[in-house]
Amino acid sequence: MTAASPRKRSWTNGLFVTPYLVVYLALLLYPLLAGVWLSLHKADLFGGEAFVGLENFGRLLRDTVFLQAVRNTFWFVLLTVPPLAVIALGLAIALNRPTRAAAFFRGVFFSSSVLSVTIVTLIWRLVLIPDGGLIANLLHAAGRPPIPLLSHPDLVLPAIALTTVWWCLGLPMMLYLAALQQVPAELYEAAALDRAGPWKTLTRITLPSIRRTLVLVVIIQCVLQFQLFGQAQLLTQGGPNGASRPIVLFIYEVGFRRWDIGYAAAASEILFGLILVATVLQYVTTREKAAVR
Amino acid sequence: MARVRLDHLSKSFGSVAVLDDIRLDIASGEFIAFLGPSGCGKSTLLRMIAGLETVETGEIHIGERRVDSLPPGDRGVAMVFQHYALYPHMTIFENMAFGLRNAKVAKAEIEARVAEAARILEIERFLRSKPGQLSGGQRQRVAIGRAIVKKPDLFLFDEPLSNLDAALRMRTRLELAQLRRRVQATMILVTHDQVEAMTLADRIVVMSDRRIQQVGTPMEIYARPANRFVATFVGSPPMSFLDATLGEGPNGLARVTLPGGASLDTEVPLAALPASAAWRLGLRAEAVKVVAPDAGQVDARVEFVERLGDRTLVYLRLADGAAITAEDAGTSRAAMGDLVGLVLDGATHLFDADDRAHHGPARP
Repeated sequence: MTAASPRKRSWTNGLFVTPYLVVYLALLLYPLLAGVWLSLHKADLFGGEAFVGLENFGRLLRDTVFLQAVRNTFWFVLLTVPPLAVIALGLAIALNRPTRAAAFFRGVFFSSSVLSVTIVTLIWRLVLIPDGGLIANLLHAAGRPPIPLLSHPDLVLPAIALTTVWWCLGLPMMLYLAALQQVPAELYEAAALDRAGPWKTLTRITLPSIRRTLVLVVIIQCVLQFQLFGQAQLLTQGGPNGASRPIVLFIYEVGFRRWDIGYAAAASEILFGLILVATVLQYVTTREKAAVR
Repeated sequence: MARVRLDHLSKSFGSVAVLDDIRLDIASGEFIAFLGPSGCGKSTLLRMIAGLETVETGEIHIGERRVDSLPPGDRGVAMVFQHYALYPHMTIFENMAFGLRNAKVAKAEIEARVAEAARILEIERFLRSKPGQLSGGQRQRVAIGRAIVKKPDLFLFDEPLSNLDAALRMRTRLELAQLRRRVQATMILVTHDQVEAMTLADRIVVMSDRRIQQVGTPMEIYARPANRFVATFVGSPPMSFLDATLGEGPNGLARVTLPGGASLDTEVPLAALPASAAWRLGLRAEAVKVVAPDAGQVDARVEFVERLGDRTLVYLRLADGAAITAEDAGTSRAAMGDLVGLVLDGATHLFDADDRAHHGPARP
């Protein structure tokens, strides 16, 4: 290697990344490893820490409350991510035009995203409660009895999912809109000259053109929805009978109500592992598909 | 092949009129070039024929059908876009087959047509590649191939060569000319490059300022431009113009006198000229020869010399400040600042105060 080579290695180059590296190590990597360390201990929030190896994980796998929370979380992800990915795409396609009305509705659909979870759950409580809520009133007008959406064990997660979809729709819609605007208009014109109808244009031109954003949206939403907490905590506190308790709520209860932070850390590691596996799986499968095509 | 008829077409974007009362008749199998500067409306006109822009007033007929309200896919046209517009996620084969599949053409027929087009354009070895793996010139061939396989009545080319480098542009121009002989179809090319229009088209439609300025064969456009715009836009360097006063010369032909006092017999019959407040004499560079001072009709000062190898363009200024361009031999000894004489020959172009052209009889 000659001295003039631009690739010449020098430790001083490392100085440029040091600020980021320090923040990354202190705020991300250290807590992550500390969490793993904590999960191997029987620890109390008020002192007292004993190494117990993998016992916390063993307890978790036998803990029916935790297993119910895992099931709830998966069901919730299934209830929210596909509708978010599809509805946001539909809205983005419908609103991707340079009219005033489209600009207005883009604002309307994005506006829910800026609300805090407290406001969102407050609004949806008014919609969902069987005692004078919006849905109950509509049912009453139709001559039907009210449905206990937040206190029925089979309906409570769909109700929270509905709230969540309404709340989270804005961001994926904006991501799709940004992607759609990158598709050259000439492609659509060529497709029109190639006699492609609306369906063909959607499936053969639009969707392949924004495939990366589609994958991104699904991954982002999976990561977000696996971490459901605020809506469940504020609407139902996990009830009835744990039917709407997600993993993060379980962690909160164990760690901050029962002060058993070693156990809570172990549950957090499992959630981390689940999210990691889910996103890597999606990334790998979509990448392989792209390579096959 | 089909005849194309444009009938009183007008178009505006909001309050901006872009095309005004366009009338044009294109014969079956003819190669037409729409030539004009940026913003003259030529691309909009092409896109209206393709169906990519709506028609406000007027009619478009392709063959026996009126098509201006039909969707683009039903007009029997194929278009080659300026930026190719290949589908990036499809292979070259799929790109070319897409339109045929949508038209429900049988699979065997699709494969045969794509293979034939790929053979003509020498892109067979790319059929399994994606557009991203191809160079600009190769993509251009694929775009042309995608048009060929549809066997359209009418080909539309929107500045197809403008993205290619100079060498490739020349080669593709030749290939377009050859393609034209192989493919039986009416063709319309939009370009701002007069060389493209002159070399490829049977007839050129010169457009400017929302209107058709002149329609004619390349040599008609060059030798008998309809007005000052066409005379300036077509031909390189542009025609020079000198103020002139009209008088009577021998045989009833017009004689013009230049501001410096020099007078020149033209080949334009005086009786054919309308009344006009002012006249200009139009001179192509090849009609102006550089000689020794005082040996020509006028003297001029050399402002700039452009050596092109086989010939030299000499940009000059007359005593009254008028600019004029002369063509000299490649070995010209004219240098900046020289005073030279000019011989003005073949005064066949006169322009009236409304910039309309009046020409002498066509030269053999």
